Amino acid sequence: MSAITLRNVSKRFGDVVIIPGLDLDIRDGEFVVFVGPSGCGKSTLLRLIAGLEDVSGGAISIDGRDVTETPPARRGLAMVFQSYALYPHMSVGANIAFPLKMAGMDKAQIEKKVQGAAATLNLTDYLHRKPRELSGGQRQRVAIGRAIVREPNGFLFDEPLSNLDAALRVNMRLEISELHQQLKTTMIYVTHDQVEAMTMADKIVVLNRGRVEQVGSPLELYEHPDNLFVAGFIGSPKMNLVTGPFAERNGARTVGIRPEHLLIDRSGGELTGTAGVSEHLGSDTFIHIRLDDGQSLTARAPGEFRLNHGERVGLTPEAGRLHRFDEKGAAIR
Amino acid sequence: MARGISPTRKIGMTVLAWAVGFLIFFPILWTVLTSFKTELDAIAIPPKFLVFDWTTENYAAIQEQRNYFSFLMNSIYLSLGSTALGLLIAIPAAWAMAFSPTKRTKDVLLWMLSTKMMPAVGALVPITILFRNFGLLDSRIGLIVILCLINLPIIVWMLYTYFKEIPGEILEAARMDGASLVKEITQVLTPMALPGIASTILLNVILAWNEAFWTLLLTTTNAAPLSAFIASFSSPQGNFYAKLSAASTLAIAPILIIGWFSQKQLVRGLTFGAVK
Repeated sequence: MSAITLRNVSKRFGDVVIIPGLDLDIRDGEFVVFVGPSGCGKSTLLRLIAGLEDVSGGAISIDGRDVTETPPARRGLAMVFQSYALYPHMSVGANIAFPLKMAGMDKAQIEKKVQGAAATLNLTDYLHRKPRELSGGQRQRVAIGRAIVREPNGFLFDEPLSNLDAALRVNMRLEISELHQQLKTTMIYVTHDQVEAMTMADKIVVLNRGRVEQVGSPLELYEHPDNLFVAGFIGSPKMNLVTGPFAERNGARTVGIRPEHLLIDRSGGELTGTAGVSEHLGSDTFIHIRLDDGQSLTARAPGEFRLNHGERVGLTPEAGRLHRFDEKGAAIR
Repeated sequence: MARGISPTRKIGMTVLAWAVGFLIFFPILWTVLTSFKTELDAIAIPPKFLVFDWTTENYAAIQEQRNYFSFLMNSIYLSLGSTALGLLIAIPAAWAMAFSPTKRTKDVLLWMLSTKMMPAVGALVPITILFRNFGLLDSRIGLIVILCLINLPIIVWMLYTYFKEIPGEILEAARMDGASLVKEITQVLTPMALPGIASTILLNVILAWNEAFWTLLLTTTNAAPLSAFIASFSSPQGNFYAKLSAASTLAIAPILIIGWFSQKQLVRGLTFGAVK
C-alpha cells in the first residue's frame, strides 16, 4: 500500500534531456498508466521510480519517505519487464521463490507462498519446469507471480504485454485488471497502446517528450483533452482535426470531432466531401471521407450502413461535441 | 548445403584437412614415440618411425631421478590456484564493465590487453626483487599470484564478452527482487554465465599449465611445476632425447586428456565473441 510522489524529477543522459522536470502524484491503490509515443520518456520515468536509473534532479517519495537515493531492492516495489526477465537457470518455482529467498524467509513459508501464487496464476502444474519450456503467456504469468509473491508496496509494469499475440494480450489485460481488483495495490503500467491505457487505468498520464501533457481518468481524457496532442493520441480511430473556415466559424484554429460524433447525410451538411474506403467491422463501419478542401475525416456509422466509394456526402458534427483548440494547440473551454 | 560440392572435391578437402591436422599433431606424436625408444634409437639417422625396440625404461629412469608427482601436484596447484584467484577478481571486474560501462570502459579493456604485448622479460628484474624481498621465491603462493596476473587480462576479456550476451534486464529483475550486489553476481549472473566461465577456466588452466617463463625463473624445487620438470632434463651433460621426450609426454598428458574431453568448450573459448 503506498502513494508515490514525484517532485520536479528530471533525467539527462549526458547532454540529452529525457525528462526536463516533472511533478506527479499517485494515490495509494491507484492503477496509473503512463502512455505516449515511443521515446516520450515513459519507460525512463518508470525506471526512475524503480530506482534502476538515478534521477538527475528532483525527489521521489513513497508514502512520504524520500527514496531518491534508496537502491531498488529497498523501495518495496516489484517490477514486471517487457522481456519477462525470468531467471533461465531456475525452475518456475525457484523463480517465484527468489524474492522471498532474498528476503530471508524460511523454507516452509516460502513453499506455502509459492503454492499460493501458483494457484492464483494457474501455474501449479508448471512449477518444476524451466522458463524456456513455457509459452509467452505462461512466462508472463511467472513474471507476475514473482512480483506478487512478496506483497510489494506497488507494482511497476514495463510494457508487459507487447511481446504477446493479440488474443493473449486481451486475456492478460483482463487478468492484470482482475489482479488489481483483488490486491488493491498501487500499480504503474507503461504502454504505448492507448487501448490498454483506456481499458485498464484509473488514471492515465499522457507523456510527450518527457513532459506530462495531461493527467486524468480515461473518460476525462477522451471527453476533455487539454490539447491537440492528447486529442490525437487518445481514441481509436483518431479524433478528426479540421482547420480552415469551418474551424474559424467555430472560433478556433483547429476543431476536433470524434468519428462517432459525425452525422452522415447524403443530402448535405456543414461539411461536404466524397466518400472513400469504408471499413466494415461488423458492429461499426468506419468511412473515410475526403472533404472538398482536401482534408480527410473518419466517420463512424452503424454496421449495416452502406456508402459507395466516390459518393457525395454531407457531414454534420453533433451539437456540443466539438473540441476547439487555439493556435498553440491548447483547448478552448 | 546450397552450394554443390563434388565428391572428388569433398575427398580432396578431407585428405587435406587430415594432412594439416597430422602436421600439427606430428611433433606431439614424435615426442610420444621417442619416449619409448632407447637413447640410441632416439638419435638414429635415418630416424626410426615405428620399427624400433619399444621400451618403457625412460619412464622408470626419470621417475628414479625426479619425483614426477611432486611436480604434477605443483602444476595442479598453480593452474587451479591462479585460475580461482583470477576468477575472483575478473568476475566482478567483467560485471562492472559489461553492465555498468562508462566512456572509458573500452580504453581500460584495451589497456589491460596491452600489458600482454609487453615482453615478460621486461618485468623480470623488478618482479624477482619483489619476490626476493617478500620471501616469495620458489613459493607456490607467489607463483599463483604471478600466473594469475599474467592471465588476468585474458580472463577479464573472455568473461566480459560472455557477460555482454546476458540481458541486463535479468540482473535488474534480481535487483528489484531484493538481491544484494553479491547475490546478484553469485546467484543470477554466475549460473547464467556458467558455460562461458567453464571455457574461461579451461583455457586459463591450460595457459597456466603451459607457462614456462615465470615458473622456470622463480622456482627451484619446492614450487616447480611440470614445465620446470621438462626443462630439468635438458641438462648440461648433453641432451638425453628419449628421457626428455618421456618427461615431456608425462608433463603434457594430463592437459592433453582434459583438452580432449572438453574440445567443444575449448573451441567456444578460443573463438569467443566471434559468433553468438
